[in-house]
Amino acid sequence: MAEMNILEAIRSAMDEEMERDDRVMVLGEDVGKKGGVFGATDGLFAKYGEKRVLDTPLTEGMIAGAAAGAAIYGLRPIAEMQFADFVYPAFNQIVSEISRMRYRSNGTFGLPMVIRMPYGGGVHGALYHSQSNEAYFTSTVGLKVVAPGTPADAKGLLKASVRDPDPVMFFEHKKTYRLFKADVPDGDHLVPIGSAEVARPGKDLSIFCYGYMRTCALEAAETLAREDGVEAEVVDLRTLRPLDRATVLGSVERTGKALVVHEANRFGGFGAEVAATIAQDGFEHLDGPVTRLAGPEVPGVPYHHDLEEWFMIGPAKIVDAARALAAY
Amino acid sequence: MTTEARRFPAEHEEDGRPAALTAADRRALLRFMLMMRTTEERALALYQQGKVPGSFYDGRGQEATAVGPAFALGPRDRACILHRDLGAHFVRGVKPGPVLAQMMGRAGGVTEGKDANMHFADRRVGCVQMVSMLPDMALVACGLAIAFQMRREPRVALTWFGDGATANGQWHEAMNIAGIRKLPVVLILENNQWAYSTPNELEFAVDPVERAAGYGFLGEKVDGNDVEAVFQAAAAACERARQGRGPTLIEAETMRMHGHGAHDDMRYVPKEMFAEWEARDPIRLYEQRLAADGVDVESVSQSVEKEVDEATEWALGQPMPEPGRATAGVFADTDPELGDGEAPWSRWTDEHA
Repeated sequence: MAEMNILEAIRSAMDEEMERDDRVMVLGEDVGKKGGVFGATDGLFAKYGEKRVLDTPLTEGMIAGAAAGAAIYGLRPIAEMQFADFVYPAFNQIVSEISRMRYRSNGTFGLPMVIRMPYGGGVHGALYHSQSNEAYFTSTVGLKVVAPGTPADAKGLLKASVRDPDPVMFFEHKKTYRLFKADVPDGDHLVPIGSAEVARPGKDLSIFCYGYMRTCALEAAETLAREDGVEAEVVDLRTLRPLDRATVLGSVERTGKALVVHEANRFGGFGAEVAATIAQDGFEHLDGPVTRLAGPEVPGVPYHHDLEEWFMIGPAKIVDAARALAAY
Repeated sequence: MTTEARRFPAEHEEDGRPAALTAADRRALLRFMLMMRTTEERALALYQQGKVPGSFYDGRGQEATAVGPAFALGPRDRACILHRDLGAHFVRGVKPGPVLAQMMGRAGGVTEGKDANMHFADRRVGCVQMVSMLPDMALVACGLAIAFQMRREPRVALTWFGDGATANGQWHEAMNIAGIRKLPVVLILENNQWAYSTPNELEFAVDPVERAAGYGFLGEKVDGNDVEAVFQAAAAACERARQGRGPTLIEAETMRMHGHGAHDDMRYVPKEMFAEWEARDPIRLYEQRLAADGVDVESVSQSVEKEVDEATEWALGQPMPEPGRATAGVFADTDPELGDGEAPWSRWTDEHA
């Protein structure tokens, strides 16, 4: 076991995959000599050279489109969007090209590629460096969408994403990059795409979360146990699409109550899909309203500390929402 | 090391330069550049004291490319200003107090703590607020210019973008529509050598100023650290635009003397590059030039220092933003219009200058 933070785990995953398979390459803005603006690709340029670690111009459309071309031609590109907020110029490539290449070629073309994107608020990045825009991609058929919350999952899921035959959108919550260190299994550690994890067992209600919300939900669960005697089960979805329905419904069957938490705004958010799945297929186990706790309905995370604090979902808000649901 | 002035196509007709600058204009140019540097130095100090959330972004070394073009604008012209061009806001009439409050996210800031650092513009002085994705704003400037054409108004839309932005497809879309419709738009390419860590040679194979000819209009390259050279090129471009003679691309070559943001250690920049460009510092050069003409540059810098001191005190006295106000402004409750900006060039204040 090695102890590392999420950023180190991501770097280690790319390093190992590049070492293992010379088709794996990295491209993006400032990923080369600079090593990425968060340092995720630090050292890869020196180790693998400019042919496999490409500093691109500021052209997200090109980054996604060229990654698609490289993938079609047999490489395994890992593209970095400097911030998830910057992905929109690439949206056309991702939706029109990347997500549907396999389907429209009747299965004859595949795009084995990963798009890594730092997302989320809590770092005073304001409207253009804080977005949680995963729902645009979870609603696009043909993409897999992953959002890890621990170093071990970040490493294992990124390695699995690189090896996946289809395009994977890999969301990394930037606040978690250096938030904590934890054990990561040695060796070729893989976490399968499409499997959720019960991060904390409980009997009174289920909290469904992903990314940074895992850390917040676990903290909230400890508070609930200590102060209320409520045992919350925390389910880290880890992969948003394909959704691990069996684990989600199994948890609701045990607890009878579901709280779905995410930082993105609520209306049309990914939580709506989780909630609808539970409402439709877990109905007979429910003992309370399926509840969503999500970011407010404003166009982005505002800048100032006090406003950002108002926006962000943290342990306290989760405790409040869980108390209300537990009391139902 | 100097920047070679070039024009594409070279045989373009002349425009009756130079535009007239009075002694008061020259002092104003210096004053706005000093105002930008002093305010940014103050904001950096506030950042280091933990009073500016997130990171801090400035335009040190680029004061001439910010102030020169803005100074050429008339009151009815409009500006889409980039994050390294604080001086342009000052030329148009924004004061340093609200800027410092903005950087600290305070209620007295331009966006009342909603958006960050240089992501602001005061619509009352005809300026448009940038977004992080570059050069999105080049297309917005073209849209303003299309509106001017429709209304037959002799106005100019002027915008700034960096060398990195010229790689993006939207830049080409902006250049193309500007050329097709002969839009009254002035496009200022601030080539500060770096798109974050990416140097010019990884951004383009051909100097972007040469591309203007391919879109059917004039491209002109000037020394971006010579405020009068940038002003003269912009003044001629604005005049052409007002006369319906179409857009101009001006490449002002300069150097980003600080990191992309305060968090950037700039390890990718060769040390000797800083020394070369430090010797070309736009403010020092202009101070020397004005001092040689008998201008009391010391009094200009003292008055700026005093104004920024007072502004800092005012900004620090501004309250924190109210979370209860954070939901305000999602949908319309007013119908804001872009107002006219200040135009301190004597041409606009005194037609006989």
